[in-house]
Amino acid sequence: MELLWTLFVSFLQVGLFSVGGGYAAIPLIQEQIVNKHELLTMTEFADLITIAEMTPGPISINSATFVGQRVHGPLGALVCTIGCILPAFVICLTLAFFYYKYRDFTGVQTVLTALRPAVVALITSAGISILILALFNNNINNIVISDFRWIEFILFVIAFFILRKYKANAVSIILGTGILGTLLQLAVNTF
Amino acid sequence: MKKGRLGRLFLTTLTLSAFTFGGGFVIVSLYKKKFVEELKWIDENEMLDITAIAQSSPGPIPVNASVILGYRINGVLGSIVALLGTIIPPFVIISLISIFYNQFKNNEIISIALKIMRAGVAAVILDVVYNLGKNIFKTKNLIYISVMIIAFVLTFFFNVGAFYIVFSCLAIGLIHLLIILKKEKRNGTSMDTLR
Repeated sequence: MELLWTLFVSFLQVGLFSVGGGYAAIPLIQEQIVNKHELLTMTEFADLITIAEMTPGPISINSATFVGQRVHGPLGALVCTIGCILPAFVICLTLAFFYYKYRDFTGVQTVLTALRPAVVALITSAGISILILALFNNNINNIVISDFRWIEFILFVIAFFILRKYKANAVSIILGTGILGTLLQLAVNTF
Repeated sequence: MKKGRLGRLFLTTLTLSAFTFGGGFVIVSLYKKKFVEELKWIDENEMLDITAIAQSSPGPIPVNASVILGYRINGVLGSIVALLGTIIPPFVIISLISIFYNQFKNNEIISIALKIMRAGVAAVILDVVYNLGKNIFKTKNLIYISVMIIAFVLTFFFNVGAFYIVFSCLAIGLIHLLIILKKEKRNGTSMDTLR
């Protein structure tokens, strides 16, 4: 019971202090889980980050589930996940309430209009980073031209074309790329 | 509230969440495509506002965005439904992986598939970005266009955190608002009569 409480409080803090999402949460989780409470070793933690990056879903939810599962089974996973999302839930619900209450005011609109182009820029930047990662299997600062991956490039061009032309849905594009690409890669590896 | 939306909301967030490889802005692109372009439940500006709020609040962006989106579709109940849809896939996937960890880590096909899928994810985001960017250029507003370009250069080339970008633009918006209010005071008009 005490262990569950520790898990809950640790992830409550992770959820509350990880502003900016994604990688912002990693040092917080490390501090709570590895350094402070010694619930995972540093090696297990490194594995956790690898898995969290490889699988879908936000890194903090993935870590919460993984740590909880390892330390206290399914119940632990549940407690950690709830701790992790509770602050976000309460805060965002409050913000959503105020946003929808006041968003039609001209003043609020003026402020929001300045924010929108920035959000577009942030999404663009994330998209290009993922493209570079897909094409070179590395981030922008460590690109090696000889690492260029033709299979990914061709799949990207086809997928983009289909999206523009036929407004295909996102999930089938991602799944399709995965299946077709894996088959191609396995074929290339074998021959 | 229209019937059947809650079920649809749950299924949509559930499917999209299962495919959000690579950070919060991926799911925002998927939401934009689904809820704005396909279902037409919300408009594009609203989606951008939701993204800005989700980005500036603590917690994972996908969770934040679905709470706000769910609230918009069906109040507090909607937000709980969207939240569940968003966290169930990673919860189930990671629970399974933590049990079959070694098999998972050493499986060649899984690691190839996970890497290659990024090409599809990139295509989806850039398709959404193409539409969003086009609409900003269409406003022909020099301030918006330059804010977009500067913010892009800062994040992409100089690794400036998203948090700082959002807050600087919030500040720009507030200053813009103060200038307008001051002008109005001088002219004796009010903003809402000007609309």
